Amino acid sequence: MKRFRRHGTESQRDRLKQELFQFTKTVEHGFPHQPSALGYSSSLQLMAIGTRSGAIKLYGAPGVEFMGLHDENAAVTQVFFMPHQVELVTLLDDNSLHMWTLRSHKGLSELLEIGRFLLTGPPGCSGGELLLLGTEGGHVFIVEVPGFRELEEMNISLDQITSCVPDDYVGRRNLEHVEALQENPINSNQVAIGYGRGLMVIWDLNHRCAIRHIPATQQLESMWWTENGSCILSSHSDGSYCCWTLRTGDKKEEEEKSNIPYGHFPCKAINKIVQLPTAGGPPFLLFSGGMPRASYGDRHCITVIYSKTQVAFDFTSRIIDFFVIRDGPHHTEPSALVVLVEEELVVIDLQTEGWPVIQTPYLVPLHSSAITCSYHVSAIPLKLWERIIAAGVVQNTQYSKKLWPITGGQNLAPDPPQRDLLLTGHEDGTVRFWDASGVCLYPLYKLSTAAVFNADADLNDNMSQSAEGEWPPFRKVGCFDPYSDDPRLGIQKIHLCKYSGYLTVAGTAGQILMLELNDEAAEQTVEAKVVDLLQGQEGFRWKGHTQLDVREEPVLFPPGFQPFTVVQCQPPAVVTALNLHSEWKLVAFGTSHGFGVYDYLQKNTVLVKCTLNPSDQLAMEGPLSRVKSIKKSLRQSFRRIRRSRVSLRKHHISNTNKVIQEANARLEAELAEMELAPVQRKIEARSSDDSFTGLVRILCFADTFLSDSSHNTPSLWAGTNGGTVFAYILYIPPVEHRADEALTAQPAKEIQLMHRAPVVGIVVLDGHGAPLPEPLETAHDLARSPDLLGSHHVLVISEEQFKVFTLPKLSSKMKLKLTAVDGSRVRRVGVAWFGSSRTEDYGESGLVFLTNQGDVHVLSLPHIKMQIRYPCIRREDVSGIASCVFTKQGQGFYLMSPSEFERFSLSTRYLVEPRCLVEAPLPPVFSNQHQPKLEGASSALRYMLSPYFPFFLQEIQKSLEGDQT
Amino acid sequence: MNKNHRVPSSRSLSAVEVKSKFGAEFRRFSLDRSKPGRFDEFYGLLQHVHRIPNVELLVAYADVHGDLLPINNDDNYLKAVKSANPLLRLFLQRKEEADYTTFGTDSLTRKKNTVLSAVLLRPDPNKKKPPVIISLPKDFRPVSSIIDVDILPETHRRVRLYKHGQEKPLGFYIRDGSSVRVTPQGLEKVPGIFISRLVPGGLADSTGLLAVNDEVLEVNGIEVVGKSLDQVTDMMIANSHNLIITVKPANQRNNVVRGGGGGGGAASGSSSDSGASYHGYVPQGAAATAGPTHIIQNFPVGELESDEDDEDLVIEVGGEAETIQRTTSNYSMLSLPRYEPHLNLRTTTAANSCSAFSINANGNLRGSGGSLTNTNASSTTPSPDRAKERRNLEEEGTVITL
Repeated sequence: MKRFRRHGTESQRDRLKQELFQFTKTVEHGFPHQPSALGYSSSLQLMAIGTRSGAIKLYGAPGVEFMGLHDENAAVTQVFFMPHQVELVTLLDDNSLHMWTLRSHKGLSELLEIGRFLLTGPPGCSGGELLLLGTEGGHVFIVEVPGFRELEEMNISLDQITSCVPDDYVGRRNLEHVEALQENPINSNQVAIGYGRGLMVIWDLNHRCAIRHIPATQQLESMWWTENGSCILSSHSDGSYCCWTLRTGDKKEEEEKSNIPYGHFPCKAINKIVQLPTAGGPPFLLFSGGMPRASYGDRHCITVIYSKTQVAFDFTSRIIDFFVIRDGPHHTEPSALVVLVEEELVVIDLQTEGWPVIQTPYLVPLHSSAITCSYHVSAIPLKLWERIIAAGVVQNTQYSKKLWPITGGQNLAPDPPQRDLLLTGHEDGTVRFWDASGVCLYPLYKLSTAAVFNADADLNDNMSQSAEGEWPPFRKVGCFDPYSDDPRLGIQKIHLCKYSGYLTVAGTAGQILMLELNDEAAEQTVEAKVVDLLQGQEGFRWKGHTQLDVREEPVLFPPGFQPFTVVQCQPPAVVTALNLHSEWKLVAFGTSHGFGVYDYLQKNTVLVKCTLNPSDQLAMEGPLSRVKSIKKSLRQSFRRIRRSRVSLRKHHISNTNKVIQEANARLEAELAEMELAPVQRKIEARSSDDSFTGLVRILCFADTFLSDSSHNTPSLWAGTNGGTVFAYILYIPPVEHRADEALTAQPAKEIQLMHRAPVVGIVVLDGHGAPLPEPLETAHDLARSPDLLGSHHVLVISEEQFKVFTLPKLSSKMKLKLTAVDGSRVRRVGVAWFGSSRTEDYGESGLVFLTNQGDVHVLSLPHIKMQIRYPCIRREDVSGIASCVFTKQGQGFYLMSPSEFERFSLSTRYLVEPRCLVEAPLPPVFSNQHQPKLEGASSALRYMLSPYFPFFLQEIQKSLEGDQT
Repeated sequence: MNKNHRVPSSRSLSAVEVKSKFGAEFRRFSLDRSKPGRFDEFYGLLQHVHRIPNVELLVAYADVHGDLLPINNDDNYLKAVKSANPLLRLFLQRKEEADYTTFGTDSLTRKKNTVLSAVLLRPDPNKKKPPVIISLPKDFRPVSSIIDVDILPETHRRVRLYKHGQEKPLGFYIRDGSSVRVTPQGLEKVPGIFISRLVPGGLADSTGLLAVNDEVLEVNGIEVVGKSLDQVTDMMIANSHNLIITVKPANQRNNVVRGGGGGGGAASGSSSDSGASYHGYVPQGAAATAGPTHIIQNFPVGELESDEDDEDLVIEVGGEAETIQRTTSNYSMLSLPRYEPHLNLRTTTAANSCSAFSINANGNLRGSGGSLTNTNASSTTPSPDRAKERRNLEEEGTVITL
């Protein structure tokens, strides 16, 4: 009987688990890592980006995005949309072709791969379009899509071309590979084939013969057939471009002019050239590259020439590709230039005076300076939200007012139920505020902490302002700037109180800034307070970086978060733990040396505690002591070179030879040893002598029972790397005396975990077993006040196990071992609330954690029972695991690359994922179903250039050659 | 721990009469046979009744055979109470004056007139001590044992290493390697974890039960198949206080021959040790994706885990509010001895009743004086020694066993 009943409750629990938890990776935020190809469909208004890891991402209107991944782990080299269709073709660098489509399913579109290039495609599927493939060998193959059926009879072989090349053409013996393919915009039966050596041939597909030859002699880079079909522009490797006029009747082509735009001295190649007409004016000419080799060869530029205006947009990373969006009644007016560079997407408004940049609603580079930490706040009150947005608007005046020009698809996702903020801390000392409520991670506001300190580098870089009359006319665009002036400014920890608007950020050089949101600009002096965490421990010398120099004069801070106090830890080690209690007006901070509590109302220290083990030299000296600074090592290596030169002169050559031989032998021996020595791991129990046992990992404020079970008091909890938990009772005067009466902290308890694993989380649970609410949460009636009648518990989470202790006696009540059983260790922890998908009114709190194996788990609270486990991140992806943050609603973010956040959800109730629909455009009126059509001009497959012969193309080639011989 | 306690036989009374002798003084009192309490309480009681609160004592009793046996932990204390028939005769000695030679089998009966008189009478301080002092059984502690010989295949060996917070390092390294398994499809090469080094003088080396190139099969009853080197390392470290490794020795010649009784010596006294078992960590609901952790079938699921790491040290800082500075210094003094005391008191117990041991930080560390010195020694191990150890490392990493 009993057994049956228990079975019943278990299955009930299992059902409940299904209603509560569900793991999905929902959306990727940020900019794709290592993009390699760009495509655009003017009919769908969708943009596609392919990456080096084989991912393909489609973007339309904000919120409309799709993602696909090729099975092959090869880079996407080209993406192009089939004109007037929802299909797109990708070419990978393993020479395979893939067909993707957007299929509607239950009112939503999804991206599916529907085909790949197969030689033995199903015959007979006619009425498709043609795909022209140029090869390295100089042949052009014609393949019918979507079936990928090769049309053998239409192939254009190199022999057919060479046979009719004029005799006087210099390079006729070797035309080289097919560099460019371009369809005549007004006659789809004509196609221009550009060969690497420079020769361009216009081929008639119907009559299968060459119509014209354009005998350029410079190495060809790209080709552009103008809209009206009258001219062909060619760009070349010497930085020149030519315009060839095609006059009907006359067989002879005229080279209008060869133009080297940044001429006189040798220039780099013009990689791509585009010319677009405007309705009532001169055409736009756009090209990438072509810079003078010696002086500006390292710049990544796109030049736009319109009438008398010429600007060379200077990007901070390599240009992958660009396209121009055109609008107006006939979609002919160039309106925006979209440039994909290695690290960001830049869109330039071509219709507004001065060609300003349009702010992108998605694909924003998260890593414009490297992300050092992230912090998530859910359910932001509307008031604070609006104030942050207002502060951000002031910062973004330089952007164009134009609406986002890529508008394809419909975003069907419901409005997010709440406003969420994701804060990222960066290496350059900035904190960026992102709207993380929906699918688009949109930048709201940027806070810079550098102004508080005296930095060597001048703050306003003059890079953006170009001097009058400078040539080439550079203009810096884009925000990717990975170079940090001072690594000490890096942000390590962030804590924001969403109710009071207080923010605290802590950095690499032991600095803790207290900031307050102010809607007006203010000039104020930031008060600095140095806190000695060593507490008189002597005999140590800090060998790390020095502390930052706080400006003593008043500084003008723009509207937004303005610093009013800086606490500087001494020694200035990186801040490893931070917490803010805005109700008590206290901030707690910790480093590898100890922790402290600072009262930011009275501006003094309440508590300082040194946790440093006196024998822990490594923690003492600082992180840089073992690693020589770059400057130093450079200096030393130069000296070494100089010295070796001197010694070379002194010694006989035979002698030096011997020395070299000896050194080589030694090196070889070392190498051999390295290869032979296997990877070993030492098995040793943790001891109090280990390094960094005193490093403070977690600080937490709680109003709970620490001294006796009848009086709850404010308390501070600190957990260290060595498995120690310190608990302090805080005496906070009543509100009316808060400003003048002294605060005290009194040590109450100390737990030394026997297994000595680092403490990574401390959660105080109330009488109902629910986690205590955030400060001010109950004051704002947003949370149930904690139960103070039942007994409280404290859950201590170490890397190895979870333990519940009773309060105030701290006797161990429950525990769950993790590492001892499956060898994984806790890396990140969060408390989340899970709502049932079946009933609105049921929900429970859970402890979410991520292990070093990359698995996410949910534990029930307060019974710490395992609920679910899912593999989430590859265990090799250490930085991804370290970057993970959990939200209060059971979602999470982690950096899947330096520039992208992957968002995942463990909750069935709360999901943020793209839901969008793309409808197939109406077919153009002039299309003829039976007439095979060529790839559209605007997004045509320009060429197919392969560094290696594709296997299957080789096959075709053989058969082709076999037929001919 | 009360599991071991038996209901007293009907003829014995519920109270145990105790006659305790310290020097020339006797004290008589009684104990409740059904609730004798713990050794440390008993020790306190003895100090109290003899009015020698600060004297460190060596407690011994005469058992039914007349042997003088020590009482120094809960187990032998229980045993003494249980076997008292009806009188429990105790002999107390000052620790510094203790004569260790008196303990042993038949020590009381055979040499009654010599040895026992030496105990009963005040020992002569000038008496020459025996040249070799064999320390008290208390000072012996199990270092390692071979367990579960009866249930494991003969080719395998399950070794238990007792770390117990002693200063000796576990002292071994593990590495990746490959081993050959016989499968229905023939021989198959599978990745495995192997012992790659033993640190001379370390715990693993001194036991002689583990050797370089032994393949590690399980850690505390959990198979290591499919786990990475780092995972196995973390598992071993997490279990380091009571590490049970099942190995397939590289040298198969010294295997225990089943039924021959050869393993008796190694396994003696460790019958209660195999109680360390784990309830499988089966993530509910995720079993399909994760695959449940393997539970060794023949691992007896009896008593609960006897891991000492359960017993974290909780220090209460009570009383009056103190200034920050003073507290800091207080703490740093206290931070060394931590949880050592009761480890030494309860070495082989499988008890799990008490999970947190509390000490009044402002009070004295009762009954732990002897072990304090131990601890201090351990935590201040001079580093040059370590460096030397490192240099002396025995290395044999490249051989791959089949």
